[in-house]
Amino acid sequence: MPPTPTVIESAVSSNEPLLSVRDLRVSFALDEGLVRAVDGTSFDVMPGQVLGVVGESGCGKSVTMRAILQLVEKPGRITSGTIRFRRRDSNEAVDLAQLPPRGAAMRDIRGAEIALIPQEPMAAFSPVHTVGDQIIEAILLHGHRWQAGGRKLSRGEARDITVGLFRDVGISMPEQRVDAYSWQLSGGLRQRAMIAMALSCKPRLLIADEPTTAIDVTTQAQVLALLRDLQAKYNTAIIFITHDLGVIAQMASYVVVMYLGRIMEEGPVDEIFHAPKHPYTRALLQSIPSLYGQTRVALPVISGALPHPFNRPPGCPFHPRCPDVMERCSAAVPKLEPVAANQLASCFLHHDKAEAE
Amino acid sequence: MTEPLLDVRGLQKFFPIAEGFFQRVTGHVRAVDGVDFTLNEGETLGLVGESGCGKTTASRCILRAIDPTGGQILYRTRDGRTVDLATLPQAELLPLRSEIQMIFQDPFGSLNPRMNLLDNVGEPLLVNGMRNRRERTDRVADLLRLVGLRPEFMHRFPHAFSGGQRQRIGIARALATNPRLVVADEPVSALDVSVQAQVLNLLLELQSRLKLTFLFVAHDLSVVRHISDRVAVMYVGQLVELAPTGEIFAQPQHPYTAALMRAVPAADPRVRRDDGILGGEVPSPAKPPSGCYFHPRCRHATDRCKVEAPALREITPGHFSRCHYAGEKVF
Repeated sequence: MPPTPTVIESAVSSNEPLLSVRDLRVSFALDEGLVRAVDGTSFDVMPGQVLGVVGESGCGKSVTMRAILQLVEKPGRITSGTIRFRRRDSNEAVDLAQLPPRGAAMRDIRGAEIALIPQEPMAAFSPVHTVGDQIIEAILLHGHRWQAGGRKLSRGEARDITVGLFRDVGISMPEQRVDAYSWQLSGGLRQRAMIAMALSCKPRLLIADEPTTAIDVTTQAQVLALLRDLQAKYNTAIIFITHDLGVIAQMASYVVVMYLGRIMEEGPVDEIFHAPKHPYTRALLQSIPSLYGQTRVALPVISGALPHPFNRPPGCPFHPRCPDVMERCSAAVPKLEPVAANQLASCFLHHDKAEAE
Repeated sequence: MTEPLLDVRGLQKFFPIAEGFFQRVTGHVRAVDGVDFTLNEGETLGLVGESGCGKTTASRCILRAIDPTGGQILYRTRDGRTVDLATLPQAELLPLRSEIQMIFQDPFGSLNPRMNLLDNVGEPLLVNGMRNRRERTDRVADLLRLVGLRPEFMHRFPHAFSGGQRQRIGIARALATNPRLVVADEPVSALDVSVQAQVLNLLLELQSRLKLTFLFVAHDLSVVRHISDRVAVMYVGQLVELAPTGEIFAQPQHPYTAALMRAVPAADPRVRRDDGILGGEVPSPAKPPSGCYFHPRCRHATDRCKVEAPALREITPGHFSRCHYAGEKVF
């Protein structure tokens, strides 16, 4: 029986986080064993902030975002933790982790208050409906919420809003493009249409899951510039997930670095890139070839490979690949603790606090 | 400098567009339309461009995986002859296959999941006449050691390996026949950042140890810059610029190359730039624009660019550009 939504606190200040994730754990019970995809993740998103989440494949970044939207599919399950989100019309935080995934409250939040820009715009749009119809549907479903008096919108009004959105995201000939099917659009236009759809219900939080991975570098530059403009215009908070450190450096103001379901380090973008504390962050930054470094020399590498999800190393998940490994690292899991003014890291090099077993 | 290993001249590959009930050919996709470059022994040429620019088609023509429509691919064989791969009959091509090998992009799709490593890596040896199983086993063990894998792994199947390890297996297979020229099509783009560096280092090390020549096809400019001696940039089936790596990145002589470089997001939050983002989209190679193919997106374009197609010309020694204003304007 799903528990009823719990009201956790009433907060009014705008310094309060919009989204606050605490000790989130998501695991997948597979035949081969239990995969702990997200293993105790905590972070905050402030209103209007762009939070960058970086990590390699299997680090749990996408699963964390699916958990926020309650979209984790079976056999996956949120096993513990809270996801507190401040809704639009109340200043009380609701714990999304406690809401039934198919319940009315969650469906009101999904799309309307937290929207998702998926990685593959081709797979995200239905090929048998026009992109305009799909966006109009979302507006008709959620639009009355921000209308004075909760008035339902007519189809014509929703269409006008969609055309306006297309113009906002830089789609030329918006009146015609509204009636196009997704497969008639190029990769860049499709991603723009996806962004228009995500913004259609004026969400307070936008989750962009690798939104530029499938597109070319020049189109990527266009989409990133667009997201930056729209963020400034609407003041939407964005969680930007990517494995591309360049994209993170250009987009985020605050960065969370994940590895095997745990947060290794977090802090303001400048500190993460210029004063990284965790050995994993440092190694990650060194291992990317830049447009300015020396060419045709061996790059510093992180030895070894990402462990198989069933073979999670004990202790700190990074210890088998860590250049600064100590005896203690394989015995205890380091906590995410403050290590500098605004920076947190989970590493025994910087503090000696371990997670309780 | 020595005579080039590979000399590509005016390479073309058109795909017919068939329409209607009778599948009448109504036009051609000019996927590769006049590509010229040379490749010297022991060097790495990076071939870059956006998706659909023809870089993969060009590399597949060189491998003769597909037959080019026109042009020459002059290749100097191990025994010193010069042959034209573009028109060579299959019977004469076959013995040369072992000299030119390929590394694929997708480490998951390019290995046979039903074959263990011994068979996957040993297949090219078997095809090339190494019938003795023990001999083949020894060679595969050597190859696995060469790419940094343990020879004991040879009885395992591809599913047991990570993406980076699989890419190493693919490299071992490509090296099985002692090739001279290796065409690597996006060999690291499917890999994670931490593993990508390992594979790049391996390629550099193998090249110096085995005197390999690489044609490195990729879209990631930082990776191409890191591994290449010279870089060729393609746009809508044509080569627009070709120059030594240091020069092309310091002083691009084509506005498209400059725009591509500006589009790469710098991994440094202190270097944020919004200037000079390339607008518009890549035109279709079935209906390329008039004049210079890049003029609709070029911020330096003049009336001349709309009507007169520029030719690829040498601006400074070894630096080629297909722009009317190369050498005059700073892009």
